[in-house]
Amino acid sequence: MYLGRVIGTVVATRRYRDLDGYRFLLVQPLREDQTPHGVAVVAVDAVQAGPGELVFLVSSREASQALPEPFVPVDAAIVGIVDRIDLVENG
Amino acid sequence: MTLARVIGTVVSTVKHPDYRGLKLFVVQPVDETGRDSGASFLAVDVVQAGVGDLVLVISEGNGARQIFQKPILPIRSVIVGVVDAVFVEPGARASEVP
Repeated sequence: MYLGRVIGTVVATRRYRDLDGYRFLLVQPLREDQTPHGVAVVAVDAVQAGPGELVFLVSSREASQALPEPFVPVDAAIVGIVDRIDLVENG
Repeated sequence: MTLARVIGTVVSTVKHPDYRGLKLFVVQPVDETGRDSGASFLAVDVVQAGVGDLVLVISEGNGARQIFQKPILPIRSVIVGVVDAVFVEPGARASEVP
C-alpha cells in the first residue's frame, strides 16, 4: 500500500462492462514526506475520496478486492483517506 | 519479504472496512546494512511493531489473506516480524569484493 494525492478525475464512457459504476481518480503516488514518487496512476475509488485529498491505495490484484464485486479488472484502488501522518524524527 | 524500518504512523478515519482496527505504518525499505533502499510504503502490523523498529514486511496479497483468514481482502503489505539482528557473511556483498 502507498500514499497518494488525488490530482484529478478520469472519465471513460466506453469501458469494459465490469467497470461500470466506478469512479476513476488520478492519483500521484507520494513518499512519506508527501513528495511525488513516480508517475500518476488511475485508481478506482472505494472510499468516496475527492480531488486534493491525501489518500492511501492498494495496488495489484488486491485493488479489486476493495470493491463490492471482487473480480473487477482494476490494479489500483483508493482504500482510505489520510487524516494525519506522524513521522519519527530523523527517520 | 523485505527488510524495512518503521518510520511513521498513518491515521485514517474514512477507510475500507477491512482496515478497521489495524495499525497502519509508514515503512522505509532498507538494505542489509540499514541504508534506505527505494521509496517508503505503507503496511499493516500484526506483530506489535513500533516506530523505529527494523521489521520484515510481506508485500503479497495471498500472504495477507492467509494472515487475516479472509478470502477477499484489499491488503497487500503486512509487517510480519520484528528483526532482532541481521548477519551478513563477510565478502557476500559485491561492493565488499576488492
